[in-house]
Amino acid sequence: MDGNRRFTKKCKLMEGAGHKIGFSALMSMLKYCYEFGVRYVTVYAFSIENFKRSPEEVQSLMDLMLEKIEEILKEQSIVNRYGVRVIFSGNLKLLSEPVRLAAERAMLATAKNSKAVLSICVAYTSTNEIMHAVQESCEEKWDEITLLNSSGAGYGLISLGGYEQDEMDHLIKLTDIEKHMYMAAAPDPDIIIRTSGETRLSNFLLWQSANCYLYSPSVLWPEIGFRQFLWAILNFQQIHFYLDKQRKQS
Amino acid sequence: MPFSLHFSPTPLITAPSPLSKPFFLVPYYHTLHAPKSPLCSSTEHALTHQGKQEAFDRRPEDSQTLPLGLRRDAMPSHVAVIMDGNRRWARLRDLPVRSGYEAGVESLRKIVEICCKWGIKVEVEFLMSLFERGMQEDTGIFFRENIRISVIGDLTKLPKALQELMVNLEEATKNNTRFQLIVAVSYSGHYDVVQACQRLALKAKCGLIEPSDINVSLMEQELETNCTEFPHPDLLIRTSGEFRISNFMLWQLAYTELFFAQSLWPDFGEAEFLKALLAFQQRQRRYGV
Repeated sequence: MDGNRRFTKKCKLMEGAGHKIGFSALMSMLKYCYEFGVRYVTVYAFSIENFKRSPEEVQSLMDLMLEKIEEILKEQSIVNRYGVRVIFSGNLKLLSEPVRLAAERAMLATAKNSKAVLSICVAYTSTNEIMHAVQESCEEKWDEITLLNSSGAGYGLISLGGYEQDEMDHLIKLTDIEKHMYMAAAPDPDIIIRTSGETRLSNFLLWQSANCYLYSPSVLWPEIGFRQFLWAILNFQQIHFYLDKQRKQS
Repeated sequence: MPFSLHFSPTPLITAPSPLSKPFFLVPYYHTLHAPKSPLCSSTEHALTHQGKQEAFDRRPEDSQTLPLGLRRDAMPSHVAVIMDGNRRWARLRDLPVRSGYEAGVESLRKIVEICCKWGIKVEVEFLMSLFERGMQEDTGIFFRENIRISVIGDLTKLPKALQELMVNLEEATKNNTRFQLIVAVSYSGHYDVVQACQRLALKAKCGLIEPSDINVSLMEQELETNCTEFPHPDLLIRTSGEFRISNFMLWQLAYTELFFAQSLWPDFGEAEFLKALLAFQQRQRRYGV
């Protein structure tokens, strides 16, 4: 959701206005998604790198997040109308307590919703997510090994560099890592949309974007509308059929 | 400027290679004085083996010239390329798939020549039998041009003879300093992270580290790109109009600028490469802040 600050500057608005309008743009996009039957939507709300911005800007973004979390939990909000389960993905320990608690409340309140899933990436970077998943996988294996060792069924010593490839392969698999990802509750995205014309992933869903269609419209996030949404879907469908045909041919 | 050479994770011996063919090599970047020069004329794709060496020999001795508009201070240190479109190129001409790959190799060699001309030292090789032949043919050039070869990916999928060739080349060229060519064979971003995780798990198992010690730096030490000083591409170019990464380096592409070119790889030449570099130099890089 890139371009909120540029939009503020472009329209000569008060600081923070771009983000507020950006939130409305998000609500509109979510509506289009749910009306069209898109079940999983993931948004990049706040990167770990964004903490490096000025303290005033970070605080105002946190305040906005708090305000909007409360809003989406209200009766008539989009989340309840469309039966959306909300998940906050990221290193939530980095958030201030009020925001973290609000996020946890929102996850609890919507846990039983089952028609769609909205993943909000907050205090998130993909490299942090992968590293965290690797850490958890190793800790899980460490616990297994400790248990085995204490029962006398340990693997024994292995000298560094002398291990077998087989042994390494059995230690940890791709599925072990994937189940520890913050984004484990959602399948890999089919489309990643990045607004404002920047063509880079910026540490968003690197692992999950392996085979995903990347679309980078030049509009700033608050300017995004139905036209860009439709264009993304049409292009995705065209490519999807083409790739499917390629796969069948080979 | 490094390039990235990527071979698909699927076996390449018996089957036509799939779409994604990024390439990956890493030169040591030297700062050279480069007076501006007029834009280069259109490229020739068919470099013969002899022509390859001639192309290198044509380089000016004392200075590299850059086309108008390109700023030396803003050149990317590491460029990755997904060389997509070779099979489509062949199909459009009613040629066998192999011709597409051969044209792809020539296109790559031409880009390498351009990079050398512009003070960006690159060299790339490509694909199985073409790959083996290419690596053998170009061995002389690697030594003459002081190029270091490294190989990443799942080499067990290669024929034994090729595995040996790669290992020997790595050993023989490890002290070359002009630039580094990293050949990614049967490589995928997922595979790279998984193997790094397995190595870390093994270190934890051996008591060398605690799982809680695992951080970004430890991860990067175990990723296959630990063979280079510049593991993160500044720019990724993908040809043939496909807008996807196709499981190429995922971790390493976190803040890489992406450039999607419409032309098929055998048709990607100097003009398009210049366009990509110029576009890169316009980008405002914020690294997530």
